[in-house]
Amino acid sequence: MDKRKHISYAKYGYIFSIPFVIAFLIFSLYPILYTLVIGFTDLQGIGKTELHLAKTPFENFISMFNNASFKKALGNTAGLWICNFIPQLGMALLLTAWYTDKRMKIKGKGLFKIIFYLPNIITAASVAILFRALFGYPMGPVNDFLTRFGLYHSEDGRGFFFFNDKFSTRAIIVFIQFWMWYGYTMVTLVSAVIGIDPGIFEAAELDGANRWQQFWRITIPCIRPIMLFILVTSMIGGLNMFDIPQLLNNAGNPDGASLTVNVLIYALAFKGKYQYNKAAATSVIMFVLIVAISLLLFFSLRDKDEAAARKARKRDMKERKMQEKVYGKAGF
Amino acid sequence: MAQSTLSKKQNNRVLQVFVYIVSILMLILSVLPFWIMFVNATRSSEQIQQHAISLIPGVNLQMNWMVLQGKDFSVITGFKNSLIISGFATLFSVYFSCLTAYAISAYEWKLKRPFFSFIMAVMMIPGTVTMIGFYQMVYKIGMTNNLLMLILPAIANPMMVFFMRQYMEASLSMEIVESARIDGAREFYTFNKIIIPIMKPAIATQAIFTFVANWNNLFIPLVLLTDKENYTMPLMVSLLNGDIYRVEHGAVYLALSLTVIPLVIVYLILSKYIVEGVAMGSVKG
Repeated sequence: MDKRKHISYAKYGYIFSIPFVIAFLIFSLYPILYTLVIGFTDLQGIGKTELHLAKTPFENFISMFNNASFKKALGNTAGLWICNFIPQLGMALLLTAWYTDKRMKIKGKGLFKIIFYLPNIITAASVAILFRALFGYPMGPVNDFLTRFGLYHSEDGRGFFFFNDKFSTRAIIVFIQFWMWYGYTMVTLVSAVIGIDPGIFEAAELDGANRWQQFWRITIPCIRPIMLFILVTSMIGGLNMFDIPQLLNNAGNPDGASLTVNVLIYALAFKGKYQYNKAAATSVIMFVLIVAISLLLFFSLRDKDEAAARKARKRDMKERKMQEKVYGKAGF
Repeated sequence: MAQSTLSKKQNNRVLQVFVYIVSILMLILSVLPFWIMFVNATRSSEQIQQHAISLIPGVNLQMNWMVLQGKDFSVITGFKNSLIISGFATLFSVYFSCLTAYAISAYEWKLKRPFFSFIMAVMMIPGTVTMIGFYQMVYKIGMTNNLLMLILPAIANPMMVFFMRQYMEASLSMEIVESARIDGAREFYTFNKIIIPIMKPAIATQAIFTFVANWNNLFIPLVLLTDKENYTMPLMVSLLNGDIYRVEHGAVYLALSLTVIPLVIVYLILSKYIVEGVAMGSVKG
């Protein structure tokens, strides 16, 4: 009876999936394949759409691999992401440890969470322009602050030209990323810690474990899966960093200090010579890179869990066999 | 023994004070840039030039507004376009993601499992890596300035399908569906009138995040929209980079404030749900 029902309704599974599938084919799959194809052509120039294969099949990819800008952009992207991710995770872990500590009873946690998360929902474009103004030269608010309190004194008395300096340009981008994302990371981690069985902490406390031990021996191992989730999503977001470097660039781009891969792709395809083919090749390279790193992280996480599960299953089987043997003998 | 617990208590107290100090410093750090922005929106460019930091608002809001009126920054146009795109994209994303998730969790069909695995696989592909092909496709059919090209892709949102499916597995019982069938309800009717209301909590959180993500999106509109009539809010913001704003500090701060205020208001109203939603999405995802 039950089975017949399922069979007669099966077609709705297909029907209800149709809109998703069609939209996915048109707006995701086709563009992906089209990007791949363009990577193998000589498509250049504004308004051009006709495809002709490149003289040698992999010429766009090879030229991008040898391209100094691409190397620089890749290095910048990775560097900017790592430099913001480590302090971001550190700060989030610290706040998480404090806010979830039952003995400390911090008041106003709700308010702190809400305010720390605020920068994350503000348009990144607005944030970029805002920070460009805040670090403005000669008289942005930061320079005003530095000169008023005598923290920085330049010879011409005009303050520090932040966007004319490689290090400070990068530091500002790293800071913005940190500032926008540590709240998100903290909120995520706090909820993960709240999800841990409180009995474990109580037992540890009875055994005389101090705060430090509890954090490293219980909290961290328990929230490892969530931390890996944060790592993967943050990495994908970091490799696609665009809005902030793109809009800070106009303020000054000393020696490509803030050139990220997506900024480069945009510049290749929609500025100057409109080199769609090279931009597409770069996209494909990034695509492969992102998939490879994601899979690597994903499987390194999954394998460990699965291996542990397999081990447990084996042990179980063994025990059961032993028991069977024992009971079998006893039975006979 | 008594002494050690006392010193422990003292230790606790010191740490507590330290935590409050750090928290309040971070609080200031999170709010200060916005505060400076709002204050400077009310001060004249000359005042800002002399002293860019002030915590007390000025009286030049109206003048800055007049300056802004004379430039190419149009808040109304940007707001309208962003609202249209984000609104419809959110509606489509939520509705069709629920529908797809329902197809996966309520029915037994042959390709169900491969289909779900496929959704999990493509979930993490960021849209930006397919940009060139997407642009060329849209350009070929002459739809570059059509807002539909920013709305229709929202129908296929693998991440949200995954989330909705997880939620359905936990909160949807097939008995309700069965009883609706006995009452003679058609499958589509059941979905619209029974399933959607059950999904409301999940829909609310997902809708907020999708709306914000669409509202803040810069890359795709920047590539597709060339006509200023179609500019979204982030594109309007990118105009502020232009030379005509170089000396108009007050107007720039005002323009930025106008893009930030709606988000801050919405956020403060919905903050509880948003912060909860962040937690929910990540634990389940």
